[in-house]
Amino acid sequence: MDNILEMKNITKNFPGVVANDDISLDIRKGEIHALVGENGSGKSTLMNILYGLYDADSGEVFLNKKKVDITDPRTAINLGLGMVFQHFMLVDTLTVAENVILGSEPARMHFINYKKAVDDVARLAKEYGLRVEPRSKVADISVGQQQRVEILKALYRQAEVLILDEPTAVLTPQETEELFQVMNNLKKQGTTIIFITHKIKEVLAISDRVSVLRRGKLVGTKNTKETNHPELAEMMVGREVLLRVEKTPAQPGKTVASIININVRDRVGTHKVKDVSLDIMSGEVLGIAGVEGNGQQELIEAITGLNRAESGEVLLHGKPIHKLPPMPIKKRGVGYIPEDRHKRGLILEYSVADNMILGLHSQAPFVEKFLFRNEKAIQENAQKLVEEYDVRPPNIKQLVQTLSGGNQQKVIVAREFSRNPEFLVCSQPTRGLDIGAIEFIHKEIIRQRDNGAAVILVSAELDEILSLSDRVAVMYNGEVSAVLPVEKTDERQLGYLMLGGDAQKAEGDVEIETAAE
Amino acid sequence: MLRLKLQQSSLISRDLLVPIVSVLLALLVGAIFILIVGENPLHAYKVLFLESFGSIRSIATTLQRATPLIFTGLAVAFAFRCGLFNIGAEGQLYVGAMAAAIVGITFTGLPKIIHLPMAIIAGMVAGGLWAAVPGLLKAKLGVHEVINTIMMNFIAFYLTDFLVTGPFHGGRWAPETDRIMPTAVLERLFVPTRLNTGIILAVVAIILVYIILWKTRTGYEIRAVGFNPTAAEYGGISVSKNIVLAMVLSGALASLAGVEQILGVHGRFIQRFSPDLGFMGIAVALLGKNHPVGVFFAAVLFGALRTGAAAMDRLTDVPRELVVIIQALIIMFVAADELTRRLIARRRKA
Ligand SMILES: Nc1ncnc2c1ncn2[C@@H]1O[C@H](COP(=O)(O)OP(=O)(O)OP(=O)(O)O)[C@@H](O)[C@H]1O
Ligand SMILES: [Mg+2]
Repeated sequence: MDNILEMKNITKNFPGVVANDDISLDIRKGEIHALVGENGSGKSTLMNILYGLYDADSGEVFLNKKKVDITDPRTAINLGLGMVFQHFMLVDTLTVAENVILGSEPARMHFINYKKAVDDVARLAKEYGLRVEPRSKVADISVGQQQRVEILKALYRQAEVLILDEPTAVLTPQETEELFQVMNNLKKQGTTIIFITHKIKEVLAISDRVSVLRRGKLVGTKNTKETNHPELAEMMVGREVLLRVEKTPAQPGKTVASIININVRDRVGTHKVKDVSLDIMSGEVLGIAGVEGNGQQELIEAITGLNRAESGEVLLHGKPIHKLPPMPIKKRGVGYIPEDRHKRGLILEYSVADNMILGLHSQAPFVEKFLFRNEKAIQENAQKLVEEYDVRPPNIKQLVQTLSGGNQQKVIVAREFSRNPEFLVCSQPTRGLDIGAIEFIHKEIIRQRDNGAAVILVSAELDEILSLSDRVAVMYNGEVSAVLPVEKTDERQLGYLMLGGDAQKAEGDVEIETAAE
Repeated sequence: MLRLKLQQSSLISRDLLVPIVSVLLALLVGAIFILIVGENPLHAYKVLFLESFGSIRSIATTLQRATPLIFTGLAVAFAFRCGLFNIGAEGQLYVGAMAAAIVGITFTGLPKIIHLPMAIIAGMVAGGLWAAVPGLLKAKLGVHEVINTIMMNFIAFYLTDFLVTGPFHGGRWAPETDRIMPTAVLERLFVPTRLNTGIILAVVAIILVYIILWKTRTGYEIRAVGFNPTAAEYGGISVSKNIVLAMVLSGALASLAGVEQILGVHGRFIQRFSPDLGFMGIAVALLGKNHPVGVFFAAVLFGALRTGAAAMDRLTDVPRELVVIIQALIIMFVAADELTRRLIARRRKA
């Protein structure tokens, strides 16, 4: 088969790191080419170079055997390249159709033909099976749908090569399935796809070939059929990876946190969390399984003080905390890994060191008398955590903005875990992380548990829920529909419950403690 | 290691590059206007430069013109660090000036060491409270501060109009108050120029703003709110508290511009005395990249242009309005940051 795209000897330096080190990569016409590698191995950088966002320091790009000089995204688009970013770039207040046409509007004499836009978008969506309503506002649609809008945008500009940077990181398993169908449709119609992911399962399921990057270098390219899970894992990390968490049975102690009849409504009055009650014991991990958007986020924000519950109580060691603002809740020993690291977890324009004290910045030793910062303590703290949690590059003065997605996540995890919280709330703690980092964070969560922390784990990954939790609560439509001991449930049953299946009928031979008890 | 250092220092200089290139571009375009008038740009610029920096006396004048701009520039920059656009420096400096004037006139028989600080603090309190209003409205009700700071400007103008023509109208016919007591005067530093101890206050303010923003917990919180309010909230930082605090401090800084003009230059409150010092502060902050040290240099530059303008007008055929054009061009180039950056990049590639 012909190569549609060839990148030759691409090198790109950033201050202190070689992000891409002499990478040569061929992409064949019509294939799905997976690109994998640890956090910070240079995947996004390579793709950004291809899309004209960064200039390579050296190297060449050939498209259909012709050397091209891609200086900016517009050139890339004109050459038939399309890219869906790790973090979306949509205008919230515009409709789906308006977003899709933005920048290449069908217009006559500067008047935009909206009807044509809506028709075009609807037709395109139908053609590739991208279910989305052209007239809805982007702010009102789910993350999975927003991603479809990004893909439509690229297709609308007639992309022949579509780059998807970690598209599945933000998707539910169902949405991932749908995305794969779309990708297969695109492939049938001749589109070439470069697909970045951290999940080897996905590589094996969808790709034709796979390339592995490690620390900026290309380790190799393989035919997917001729490789397997352990081999890819080892190519990525450079060592064998534990694919399962090793843990001893939980030793639950006394109740650390009690959630009692919590109700939460969102700003427009939708009832998001309905009468949820849960107890979390010291030394156990309580998993919360559920399709995203079933009230998990709202529940978590009510616990951590970022949002007010309409009614109900949250008790920590028997004392109410639901009326407190976030700071005193933190000070009482609640750690929180938020779901959205860019919105909540980090100040991208701050250095690693400054992000490592977010939430602790008002306490000793980070401030001294008269509110002065203690630079020495701040730096020592960051230096220690960067080493302990293997943040790469280990430069505490670097702006968090310039870290790779996975390393950004490590900064948050390091900060929250290092405080040895008594109550740890983790929402999607490993989203976007490579397998090595996931292994590490899973071990850390278990270590926190064994040190006596009470842990809540919200995750869309059933694997993660099943391997870490001691008990699993299923949330559906704002309610906790069941709480099960982990050894008495499995993926199939949880999947059924998550889609609103009846707890009583879920499995004849399994005893179910319902939330009502 | 060496390479790493080099790259880093080039990053820092890139921040400086846009303002510097903007100024040069503005002077270049300004030269075209001078040519149209039929003068030699080099000659005109030489006159401009000599008049503003050519002697100790002209430097003093330049610094005196820069003093109020430092305060208003700092005010705008400080609010901006918290994500707030304070268009109200003009109003804040008027109420600050009036408060300082009232204290300066009405208290008699106080020693200078008490009277002068009292007048200054009165001005700062007035300006701070004035700015607190839009701050509170933003923090509690989410009303955009741009609208309210503009509204508060008008209220400040007419309020001080009323006070200076009504209750505090001085003995002379003109719309101005009586002279302030000598005990409330900011001493002249270099007679015959009007440079006064206000410049010392300005330098202290620069240092304090720097320390607050980068060396204290308060600054950490204020900047966090400016960069990412939702993450700040997550970090236990009260967004509304910091918005109000940043506005109050910004207003207090702006008011010092008025205080310096009254206590150091005019010696009394004069109706509508400010040649848009507050609005110029926006340009100063923009050119200074919202950094206190940048604000200093931007203010000195704008002060110098004003100082040199009169001489250029007198000694060449170039009208003094040229400096207004140059100022406007500087602002345009800095504001079109991205465009200027590309111009620089293209030069580099070529
Ligand atoms: N603008 C930048 N300035 C400085 N360093 C950068 C910048 N962008 C990326 N880097 C560095 O380059 C390296 C590669 O980053 P990149 O984002 O390409 O990784 P990635 O493979 O996409 O990782 P992830 O899976 O975590 O998204 C990292 O060490 C990162 O810190
Ligand atoms: Mg990436």
